[in-house]
Amino acid sequence: MRINGEDKNEYIGQSIQEMLEKEAYQLTRVAVERNGEIVPRSSYSQVLLQAEDVLEVVSFVGGG
Amino acid sequence: MWAGADEKKLRQDVDRCLKERHGEENQGLLYAAHIAVAGAGGMGSHAAVALARAGVGHIHLIDFDRVDLSNLHRQQYFMRHVGMMKVEALKSILLEINPFLEISISECRVTEENCGELLGDADIVIEAFDDPNAKAMLVNELLERFPEKKVIACSGMAGYSDANKITTRKITENFYICGDGRAGVETEGTLFASRVSVCAGHAANKAIQLILDQK
Repeated sequence: MRINGEDKNEYIGQSIQEMLEKEAYQLTRVAVERNGEIVPRSSYSQVLLQAEDVLEVVSFVGGG
Repeated sequence: MWAGADEKKLRQDVDRCLKERHGEENQGLLYAAHIAVAGAGGMGSHAAVALARAGVGHIHLIDFDRVDLSNLHRQQYFMRHVGMMKVEALKSILLEINPFLEISISECRVTEENCGELLGDADIVIEAFDDPNAKAMLVNELLERFPEKKVIACSGMAGYSDANKITTRKITENFYICGDGRAGVETEGTLFASRVSVCAGHAANKAIQLILDQK
């Protein structure tokens, strides 16, 4: 399983929510792409990460 | 601004200039496009100006704020605009560039509740807020509810480190992000028109590319 280009197999079987919290993301500032699709925020706690998943977590910073 | 025959002549001249520079078929696509710019600060104002110069036919500007003197260091406003609603000021700037564009404005905050109504009609939405929570809210809301809509978001244009760290990245089929992904105002402490407008140029360029790639 890869997140932002890095192997993160320790999160296999855990929810996206658990992964985000352990990786210290601020949940209100991210968008999560999983295998080409955006993961709805309401399902972060239900979607369990699989070995073949490729994720990108976009974490927004301030300024515009 | 121009009456009768003068207006007709000017419209033809503007149309000819745009078609000469962009190509006739391209200009037809640009005239037909509907782009919403959510946020009319540094990012949004620079991006909107680039879209207006390209002759994007329908531009929707959304912002809740007024132009402040402290905005002039990086946003596309002038002394005469201080105190005006940003969307009113920006609309007037865009119409000075091309008076034949349809510019619509909404003076409000974009929320989860109103974003469908505000942005449902746009083919492309450029997210140009400054608050990272608002950025994430808008992007998630749009991509969850309107999977066919193209969303160009921005993150990481603060400070003054090398502008060539700013890129455009494709995240999903309809989601692009411009910026360096790291340099937030909360960590850099500064924002400059030079770097913000590079990021805005990326966003506007991607929007134009998405419009012209329909060919």
